Amino acid sequence: MKGYLLRRFIGMVSVLLALSLVVYAIFYIAPSNPAQLACGLKCSPAQVAQVRQRLGLDAPVYLQYARFLEGIFVGRDFSTGTGVMHCNAPCLGISYRTGEQVTSMLATRLPVTASLALGAMVAWLLLGVGTGLVSALRRGRFTERALTTLTLAGNSLPVFIIGLLLLIVFCSVLQWLPFPTYVGLSQDPQQWFWGLLLPWTTLALYESAKYARLTRASMLETLAEDHIRTFRAYGVGERHLITRHALRGALTSVIALSAIDLGTMFGGAVLTESLFGLPGIGRLLVYSVQIVDLPVVVGVTLVTGVFVVFANAVADVLYAVADRRVVLT
Amino acid sequence: MSAQPQAEPLVEVSGLTVEFPVGDGVVKAVDGLDFTLGAGQALGIVGESGSGKSATAFSLLGMHRGTGARIGGSVRVAGVDPRTAEGDELTRLRGGLAAMVFQDPLSALDPYYAIGDQIAEVYRVHTKATRRAARARAVQALDRVGIPDAARRSRSRPHEFSGGMRQRALIAMALVCEPRLIIADEPTTALDVTVQAQILDLLHEVRTENGTGLILVTHDLGVIAGSVDDVLVMKDGRAVERGTVAEVLGAPRERYTRALVDAVPRVDAAPPPRAAPGREVLLEADGLRHTFGRRGAAVTAVDDVSLTVGRGETIGIVGESGSGKTTLGRMLVRLVEPSAGRIRYEGREIGRLREKELRPLRRELQMVFQDPVSSLNPRRSIGESIADPLRAAGERDEKRIAARVGELLERVGLDPDWYHRYPHEFSGGQRQRVGIARALAPGPKLIVCDEPVSALDVTTQSHVVELLGELQRDLGLSLVFIAHDLAVVRQVSDRVAVMRAGRIVEEGTADQVYGAPQHPYTKGLLAAVPVLDPEESAARRESRLASA
Repeated sequence: MKGYLLRRFIGMVSVLLALSLVVYAIFYIAPSNPAQLACGLKCSPAQVAQVRQRLGLDAPVYLQYARFLEGIFVGRDFSTGTGVMHCNAPCLGISYRTGEQVTSMLATRLPVTASLALGAMVAWLLLGVGTGLVSALRRGRFTERALTTLTLAGNSLPVFIIGLLLLIVFCSVLQWLPFPTYVGLSQDPQQWFWGLLLPWTTLALYESAKYARLTRASMLETLAEDHIRTFRAYGVGERHLITRHALRGALTSVIALSAIDLGTMFGGAVLTESLFGLPGIGRLLVYSVQIVDLPVVVGVTLVTGVFVVFANAVADVLYAVADRRVVLT
Repeated sequence: MSAQPQAEPLVEVSGLTVEFPVGDGVVKAVDGLDFTLGAGQALGIVGESGSGKSATAFSLLGMHRGTGARIGGSVRVAGVDPRTAEGDELTRLRGGLAAMVFQDPLSALDPYYAIGDQIAEVYRVHTKATRRAARARAVQALDRVGIPDAARRSRSRPHEFSGGMRQRALIAMALVCEPRLIIADEPTTALDVTVQAQILDLLHEVRTENGTGLILVTHDLGVIAGSVDDVLVMKDGRAVERGTVAEVLGAPRERYTRALVDAVPRVDAAPPPRAAPGREVLLEADGLRHTFGRRGAAVTAVDDVSLTVGRGETIGIVGESGSGKTTLGRMLVRLVEPSAGRIRYEGREIGRLREKELRPLRRELQMVFQDPVSSLNPRRSIGESIADPLRAAGERDEKRIAARVGELLERVGLDPDWYHRYPHEFSGGQRQRVGIARALAPGPKLIVCDEPVSALDVTTQSHVVELLGELQRDLGLSLVFIAHDLAVVRQVSDRVAVMRAGRIVEEGTADQVYGAPQHPYTKGLLAAVPVLDPEESAARRESRLASA
């Protein structure tokens, strides 16, 4: 197990290094002039050159990349024109546009995205696995049809439409909920919950059809297996067969899919974040790409990468816990 | 042997019919079956696959309910009608009155839960005992069926048990509620001979100690000889013959029964003499070794094995599961690269050749696999499957391929017009014929057959074995015949090698090995082979129990 974790960790670090290299490469191949952007349109060529030098953009690419890595592991200094700003390790650089440290920009946005992604996962698991379970338990009944229709409708509409519909119905027409605003969990848990309820629901509606299908398919598959017949022959009731034996068989594939989806949520819930005005990582990424704020883009990509890789590692461990036949090597 | 007449028999079946709707029509699996079983008695239901024996067994527990099958006639098990029982009565019937021991103990247990928990779960359904009490009771039952260190092993998952231990665990599950009847459906089919003997001894012991009734469903006549009082032979859903086990096995009245009895391969009878193969060596293995895994977790599956295969010769390799016989077979045709040792084929070293260099040899070294279901692609027609090795060997002319496939199908006793049919349309024996045709396609000189008949009924078995013998004679093939069934190996082999724990412990001509075994392991294997004579079978059980 220790050996496994070590190997896995080394693997994760190499994936992240490769990721940062690729992002760096893309931005240097793409035609852009970050110094001009950082300085503003009214800058004279001389001023731009000065900014270039200040940001270290005049150095060769490999040297810039080496400095970037140095910042992550030991920290580095930046000249602000008038003085020197020290950026502690792990330092992901400073924004060309605002001069703010990328790590602190991420620190303010990460809790928002984490709240959104984790809460949405809970919601889609409840709705998706629940629908799958109900559809195996009460095949053809009203509850099954209603839930299946709901999840399918959710899956076939764009996130943007679902979110808008929810906003119109619950905030504007029925006025059951205030228009969502993000409040930190540590500030006011109740407000945090109400503020995120609609974003969670939006993502859950969108994601859960997949989970409902997966749960239902793997449960029906398990129900056809020989061991189910064994317990049926020993008088174990249908409900018990489904909730204890068939659901357990479906669990592993649900875990695997959740890990991938959760990882993706950390970088990709841009639409939901924009629609509900959540100051999260997805919006930061889109904005930074538009203004070619390289350090921020690389930082966001790396942190998202960390979550994707980490979520998959956790899924592998959970997988082995859920199914003892799986050996981690 | 039969017990006192009872006021009410334990099982009473009369005019039983089981029909499965298929498309527009129905398939009659059981067609007017009658039998009774007195308390504490044992009945063997024997038949080939498709004879309706399992459908009969399932109907005793009402397992057809909700499947669309139609059950006619009357069934009573300990006074309960499995077709109409509801709620508590049905629960009591299933497990409390009659418990089923299933075939294939790996798939019959839930892979996700500890074995002790699964047995405890069944116990709680029937007794409403506390979790802790049920758990203790499960450990007790596992101990009863001879699982060593039962308290600790009860926490293992099914995959951590060997096949024999899983079968014991299933019997423990059956025993836990102290049923009056145990229905065992092919309980030893997936097991090695020595383990099979142990399981049959255990069932016998349970029966004599607890006075439990037993219905033993099997295709293997050898299994029932020492285990039941009466036998019912089934064919096409009907009873063909019934009587005491001594009558039916000793002096069968019906032709069908006689054919069944004759098809059982005898380990104690020498097969008709075979033409002596030439002594020209085709393949020679020297000091073969194969190790799976790395460093600490390494397992040596085959350990220093040397073997020669002559041209036109059949070498039988017998051994129990885990003895390394499959790995050895795969190394001989270079599906697996040996970790050490040499393989010379027609005088040329092939043990270290790379895949590209092996290419031209592939058509000469072929393999027939155990499971004809999983070794044929279900989404390709059998003709396409047989054509694959021809295409792999470079044949491009579609007309010639079709002609050759037709020829091969005919050669293995199938209709050439079945080219476009799919594997699921065939019976097990027919599928194995397809597997053999596929191996023959490229014109091989050596075929390794890995348990080619172990998934088949006895009569089908003998047909496939006959076919292999015929092909060998006509085409001058060399065969390596791998099996755990000693009797089958004797029927086909010129020479036999006995494998245990990766090594060959004994090798010689078939007559030497079976007639005068030298190694104690070979002797043990031979002693465990079931015999058809009930008295002989009982005597052997006595001596096994005495020596245990």
